[in-house]
Amino acid sequence: MELTLTGKIWKFPDDVDTDTIIPGKRGTLPTIEEMGAYCFEHLRPEFASSVKPGDILVGGKNFGCGSSREQAPACIAVHGVKCIIAKSFARIFFRNAFNSGIVLIECDGIQENCEEGDIVTVEVNKAVTVNGKSYPISQIPDNLLEIVKDGGLLEHCKKINKSKEV
Amino acid sequence: MGYTMVEKILMHNAGLDTVKTGDIVITKPDMFMVHDIYTPYLVDVLKKMGTKELENPHKLTVVFDHCMPTAVANNDSIHYQAGIELAETWKLDKEKIHIGEGICHTIMHEKRYALPGTVVTATDSHTTTYGGGGCFCSGIGTTEMAAALTTGELWFKVPEAIKVVLTGSFADGSSAKDLILQILSDIKSDGAQYKSMEFVGPAIKELGMDARYTIANMALEAGAKCALFPVDEITAKYFDMELDEISWVHPDEDAEYECILEYDLSKLEPLMACPQGVDNVHPVSEVLGQKVHEVYIGSCTNGSLDDLAVAASYLEGKKVAPHVRFIVAPATNHIYKEAIKKGYIKTFVESGAIIIHPCCGLCCGMPYGLMADDEIIVSTANRNFIGRMGTKKTLIYLSSPAVAAVTAIKGHISSPANMN
Repeated sequence: MELTLTGKIWKFPDDVDTDTIIPGKRGTLPTIEEMGAYCFEHLRPEFASSVKPGDILVGGKNFGCGSSREQAPACIAVHGVKCIIAKSFARIFFRNAFNSGIVLIECDGIQENCEEGDIVTVEVNKAVTVNGKSYPISQIPDNLLEIVKDGGLLEHCKKINKSKEV
Repeated sequence: MGYTMVEKILMHNAGLDTVKTGDIVITKPDMFMVHDIYTPYLVDVLKKMGTKELENPHKLTVVFDHCMPTAVANNDSIHYQAGIELAETWKLDKEKIHIGEGICHTIMHEKRYALPGTVVTATDSHTTTYGGGGCFCSGIGTTEMAAALTTGELWFKVPEAIKVVLTGSFADGSSAKDLILQILSDIKSDGAQYKSMEFVGPAIKELGMDARYTIANMALEAGAKCALFPVDEITAKYFDMELDEISWVHPDEDAEYECILEYDLSKLEPLMACPQGVDNVHPVSEVLGQKVHEVYIGSCTNGSLDDLAVAASYLEGKKVAPHVRFIVAPATNHIYKEAIKKGYIKTFVESGAIIIHPCCGLCCGMPYGLMADDEIIVSTANRNFIGRMGTKKTLIYLSSPAVAAVTAIKGHISSPANMN
């Protein structure tokens, strides 16, 4: 499956944990929309109000470590972010992000060649390109990309169930 | 280049000729399990997805062990009722519904649901347990469980692997629990984050199935995605399978490992994870004499028949200290019945123990035996997180059944070395 995403970069450091993405105390808010208003509230207080749909996050190693809360990627996805690039991701965040409709790209190298606000192009299963330089990336199977295209796992399964009924 | 155990099992399930670290593979899990903490959420998501039928209803096991019998009026009964609704609405096999029969992870291998070489998943972190029988098994969330039950598929990323080479035999008083506590001490609570821990070496044959399950269970506390033992005669006998059919579950000689750890079992002394961290591990000899209020032998880590046999060997003809509340919870009804037959339960009762029915119980902060401020417990469970077995000021020490048994007798932390 071909998928190309282009967007403005938000840069993040190593070891961004899920409490940094959405503090545990916000976890009791009734909806993801309300929770999303507090996304990165301590590290990047301007994020929730100024991030635009299609923007792309670039992090270091172990992005999404810590608690397994499903709300962490959902709070990023609710802003229309469809892609995060990092050197590595924590295991459960990796699963939950695809299930929330976000493409995760493992790429080591781009971090040293881009600044916040630069434009990056992601050609899934081919390369990421920023500031005229391309970097190799990990492979993602079509089934996972289908989940992302459908807007996450819940919507993906709704679609599968509907197709069974026809 | 050869393959690690996790690579072999994932390739086998996904029908692939080759895989490498970092690849994502689509598996068709051979068995799924949900326990009663998550039944209400699973039912809710399945309804939201509009799932009328599971891809294969014969593959789902439901175990009522955390809230069974109910302890909190209304709240716990919701979990019970949701489990019944799940079984009836989605037409699950009646024999795979286990109500009050024991702890889910022990049931999963005891009932032969988690077989060598297969892929199994459950909505619980300690799902890593079945790796003791050469089964790839890892925990997932409730939304993902609902989706996997709907489609029959689940993706996994092929993890890096750590090789743990075991030699020697345990010295008197030491056991599998001391090995995994030593590993936690060495690599800490995130030392195997996302990785496959794979145990090999001549000492594997010294470890019975119960010991292997103890180690695989608690490998999760180091963050492991899975913890795998190679299949051998002991595994084949336990599962009543032909060894030839499952002997492929072992790592290739030239498999690539991220790092190699080596342990000589004869050098391990009795250890404890001290308050409050699974990797705050010290030799029992450093904490001898600490007065305790309660001792708990049970859980999916150390509630097996072998564990009860070890504890009974120390308690035979002895009385526990008068100030100690000593609680024993066999992990399953099958283990309970065997322990009755072998006289262990009689030994415990005569020593002054309170025997409780097979359930998760105190290990997950459920009845019975919840502790007060400043009280101290020695427990054979897997987590000493703050507040897990009582108040946030309760102090929890984790140990082997041998350390727990001699501590119950003395009333203060004691070493089993040279006691029998």
